[in-house]
Amino acid sequence: MTFFKKAAVVLLVLATAACTNPDRFGGGAGGAGGAGGDAGLNGGLAGSASDPTSPLFFNQTIGDRVLFTVDTSTLTPTGQTILDGQAQWLLTNADYRAIIEGHADEQGTREYNLALGQRRANAVREYLVSRGVPVNRLQVTSFGKERPIAVCSEESCYAQNRRAVTVLSFSAITS
Amino acid sequence: MMMRLLTFVMALMLAGPVLAQNGPLRLTITDGVIEPITFAAPSFEAENPAALQAASDISRLVVQDLAGTGLFREVPATAFISQISSFAQPVAFADWRAINAQALIVGAVNVNGDQLTVKFRLYDVFSGQELGQGLQFAGTTAGWRRMGHKVADAVYGRITGEGGYFDSRVVFVSESGPKDNRQKRLAIMDFDGANIQFLTDSSSIVLAPRFSPNGDRVLYTSFESGFPRINVLNVANVGRQQLQTAPGEMAFSPRFSRDGRQVIYSLSNGGSTDIYRTDLTTGQHIRLTQTPSIETAPSLSPDGSQIVFESDRSGNQQLYVMSANGGEARRISFGEGRYGTPVWSPRGDLVAFTKQNAGRFHIGVMRLDGSEERLLTSSFLDEGPTWSPNGRVIMFSRETQGAGGTSSMYSVDISGRNLKAVPLQGGASDPSWGPLQP
Repeated sequence: MTFFKKAAVVLLVLATAACTNPDRFGGGAGGAGGAGGDAGLNGGLAGSASDPTSPLFFNQTIGDRVLFTVDTSTLTPTGQTILDGQAQWLLTNADYRAIIEGHADEQGTREYNLALGQRRANAVREYLVSRGVPVNRLQVTSFGKERPIAVCSEESCYAQNRRAVTVLSFSAITS
Repeated sequence: MMMRLLTFVMALMLAGPVLAQNGPLRLTITDGVIEPITFAAPSFEAENPAALQAASDISRLVVQDLAGTGLFREVPATAFISQISSFAQPVAFADWRAINAQALIVGAVNVNGDQLTVKFRLYDVFSGQELGQGLQFAGTTAGWRRMGHKVADAVYGRITGEGGYFDSRVVFVSESGPKDNRQKRLAIMDFDGANIQFLTDSSSIVLAPRFSPNGDRVLYTSFESGFPRINVLNVANVGRQQLQTAPGEMAFSPRFSRDGRQVIYSLSNGGSTDIYRTDLTTGQHIRLTQTPSIETAPSLSPDGSQIVFESDRSGNQQLYVMSANGGEARRISFGEGRYGTPVWSPRGDLVAFTKQNAGRFHIGVMRLDGSEERLLTSSFLDEGPTWSPNGRVIMFSRETQGAGGTSSMYSVDISGRNLKAVPLQGGASDPSWGPLQP
């Protein structure tokens, strides 16, 4: 557990901050698989779904996301099965890293939902690490309720939005 | 807003300044039903031809500000018996009594190049006396709205005995686009929705800005790195700095300390979110909460000694109060449902919050011991209250339901009266109300 990890917090001029993350975040699609700038590998659909080493296989055949019930971060049995497949794929394809993006539905306040999304993404990371994926290949972030993929105000949409998406990347990850 | 505003009391010695400090024209704002004070505000005198437009605009704005509070009601010009053609002319009180105007506001405007001055007098019609002294404000023609707000603030202050809130600004998130690809930009507006100025572009998500105590800077959460991070933005030159956090950490929910030198915020790491305080100059930071739960949305008491925040340590979101240095926290919310986004009132007596219960969202207020909870609004999704500088009005975000849902900002009195939308084109959320401007 890393609950009590100390943070080094310093103030830097923004221009000098070392932020070399994939700029697909800038477009704001945020793992939603939607339009928005240069999509990450999840959106780019690299390779073929029948090629087990392709990101497309990861995204579509294994499944790049797990869903959560209201206000929880507990992995469901279905979610665990998907994550077992993700872990296996990541162990086989050691060149890939991943950012796990947590999301929440709109039924909650903004800042709480950011924290809730982080908790969901962290649950996925901890599960993948427990299946042998090196922790330094995984990062977590949260979009809270800012990037829904389904827009109705009903449970059918909310259920899709309460998700953690494992977004593959070739690039070295720093923040 | 480069305008320099000079305020000074003028010795307008027509009849000698009569200070009716405890005069009969007084509105005490209480939670009970209020009968609005009636007032007449004849169009301000244009002292020269160049001032005609400004005189008309400024007097209309004063009326709009005062009537917009719900505490004052305008007596329309069509009812006037007397006309005010000159600022210096003696007031025929009987004519204003006859149309039941309790207060009379008389003003004059002068324009010289791009320089504009406004002066006004406030009369207590039924006692036949001036309330306070004549006052003059000087600035530029471009800043005419500020001078109208200054006049309205002075009138509000003299009649209620409390500070006003009209010459203030609100930083917020301007929204456009559909729900699944919403574009967000930081923007500043006057409290009434005028003079919108954008502070960021929409290339990355920005959330929940907060003004510094004197309004010179704004804290907000930015996704420009792909991870939530805290930025400090200088309002005057739009320069930005980032509060740097370690890899793997998310920082959000920032608020300034009362002296503007420190930031209280949330840091997420390993599924836990806690509240920290960082000194903006030295970078030194202190951890204030120590639980594996979610602690966020901190808000300092006016004296800076305590923090009200939300935590789900009990199993769901509730409000807690702790020392500004951390330590034991005491839960203050015990009603049904979930309570979040607490904001300490500038008077120190109340906390405003978002309540979620039975599928509805509410903005409410309660005392700091959790008593006297009062829900002011109810809708599909209301959230994120912010206080007017005088602690009498709350602004918040309201999102409508469904695929086409959009966000707007509303304001409501702490009595629950006078709910109204801030008139803006396009979506808006996350208001943070700044101080009265100097």
